[in-house]
Amino acid sequence: MAITNIKNLKEFSTVNERFEGAHLLCPGCAHSMIVRELMNATDDNLVIATNTGCLEVSTAVYPYTSWDTSWIHIGFENAATAVAGAEAMYKARKRKGTLKDPDAPVKFVAFGGDGSTYDIGFQWLSGAVERGHDFTYICLDNENYANTGGQRSSATPTGAHTSTAQAGRVSYGKKQKKKDLVAIMAAHGAPYVAQLSPNKWKSMAKGFQKALETEGPCFINTVSACTTEWKFDPKDTIHITDLATDSLMFPIYEIINGTELNILYRPKNIIPVEEYLAAQGRYKHLFKPENRHIIEQIQKEVDEKWEYLQRREEARV
Amino acid sequence: MSRGVLATEKRGVRELGAEEFVGWDEVQQGVVLPSFNSELKENVSHIRPEERDYSDFNSYTATVASWRVIKPVYNRDICIDCQNCWVWCPDTSIISRDKQMLGIDYDHCKGCGVCVEVCPTNPKSLLMFAEAEEIDEALAKWPEKKKKENK
Ligand SMILES: Cc1ncc(C[n+]2csc(CCOP(=O)(O)OP(=O)(O)O)c2C)c(N)n1
Ligand code: SF4
Ligand code: SF4
Ligand code: SF4
Ligand SMILES: [Mg+2]
Repeated sequence: MAITNIKNLKEFSTVNERFEGAHLLCPGCAHSMIVRELMNATDDNLVIATNTGCLEVSTAVYPYTSWDTSWIHIGFENAATAVAGAEAMYKARKRKGTLKDPDAPVKFVAFGGDGSTYDIGFQWLSGAVERGHDFTYICLDNENYANTGGQRSSATPTGAHTSTAQAGRVSYGKKQKKKDLVAIMAAHGAPYVAQLSPNKWKSMAKGFQKALETEGPCFINTVSACTTEWKFDPKDTIHITDLATDSLMFPIYEIINGTELNILYRPKNIIPVEEYLAAQGRYKHLFKPENRHIIEQIQKEVDEKWEYLQRREEARV
Repeated sequence: MSRGVLATEKRGVRELGAEEFVGWDEVQQGVVLPSFNSELKENVSHIRPEERDYSDFNSYTATVASWRVIKPVYNRDICIDCQNCWVWCPDTSIISRDKQMLGIDYDHCKGCGVCVEVCPTNPKSLLMFAEAEEIDEALAKWPEKKKKENK
């Protein structure tokens, strides 16, 4: 199969883009950074389905499309189902010899937000993975239902303020923990599962290439900093994402065949989560004296998770 | 003002505004929007954007330039072609060809400022200026190299 050269950024930049400008995502939105890094990592033909959410509504404002590939606009919960259907039909037609160009490399990809992936489309995703379709599902995890005004999702971390888990006199924001969807997808026995981040463009591009090469259902969770709901200046998207990966709020790792865990990025200087939290308006209230203990709790959980990932990497189980 | 490098007859010719959009009742169900006018003879990733036959449905033909209040200005003299700005621009608005950064696509740039933040040179090769500032005047105001602070 033909894939883009990602040896270094200069090589990478010679690709011909297939995701066009004048979409309507907010200035500085990480969704489009992620989509560009992924789509630019391959020159295979892509069939993409996208769940309703910021990416989908902003790149397909009738009568416009920002996609130069086959792209299916689908409901909130069923990008995995739509792309699984397309993949099944493609295989059947290949078998029957009714494809115009049966040798052209075609890959099936789905994009969904965390609301549609962790919550509302979860059973559809789970079903498509269990059936074993050959596709790659990408979750753009901005930790809230951004497109409808920033409601909390099961991907929202403890302590974050959202429009339906508000911080105020009686609450410090969301009380529950973030769901560990990466572990859940690995537990499906999917051949390739990863958590990747757009500031680390190379591991992002490589991970996507691996997922495309791997036969069977692959899942990638990507960290997508949302300037509007996380409340930071649009110019700082990459800076915030650096803080996310260097504080280990978002560790970068892959799990192969449900067991083999590889850490893909080890920060030279691990920074306190406090620095990551302090850079975003959605955590502002945690710095009040009565909420300080939540920051300590978050730090403790991040440390424990990092310890767990390292031990699993070592144990190969 | 300048539309930036490699502007084609098709790129950014229409302002995205209310009149461009149709009402709910006019949206056809199950409609297919072709991104290109003619059937592609080869894989689109092997055709450079300026050589593609974009259809009027492709957002490439629209502009969001009016979103900007500030704009990035590019100074070729300092640039080292590292491509940081290219990889992280959320709006496909850094134009690079043959490993060289050529400049900004002002039809699609929204003025977020990410490219300036990730530019590693000293002084930076990209800086934000008011939208109304002329490019020549902006370049004339470019700051000197910053000295490292003594520790
Ligand atoms: C079944 C259904 N419920 C609710 C909605 C309304 N809705 C559209 S987008 C959206 C939020 C999307 O959140 P997420 O999936 O996290 O994507 P984001 O916008 O954050 O990228 C909601 C609730 C819908 N379109 N369909
Ligand atoms: S609300 Fe957030 S995710 Fe949605 S377009 Fe804006 S920055 Fe992107
Ligand atoms: S200001 Fe933002 S949109 Fe414009 S070129 Fe720079 S990164 Fe791209
Ligand atoms: S980030 Fe700066 S130095 Fe690097 S290519 Fe862009 S303008 Fe040039
Ligand atoms: Mg979301």
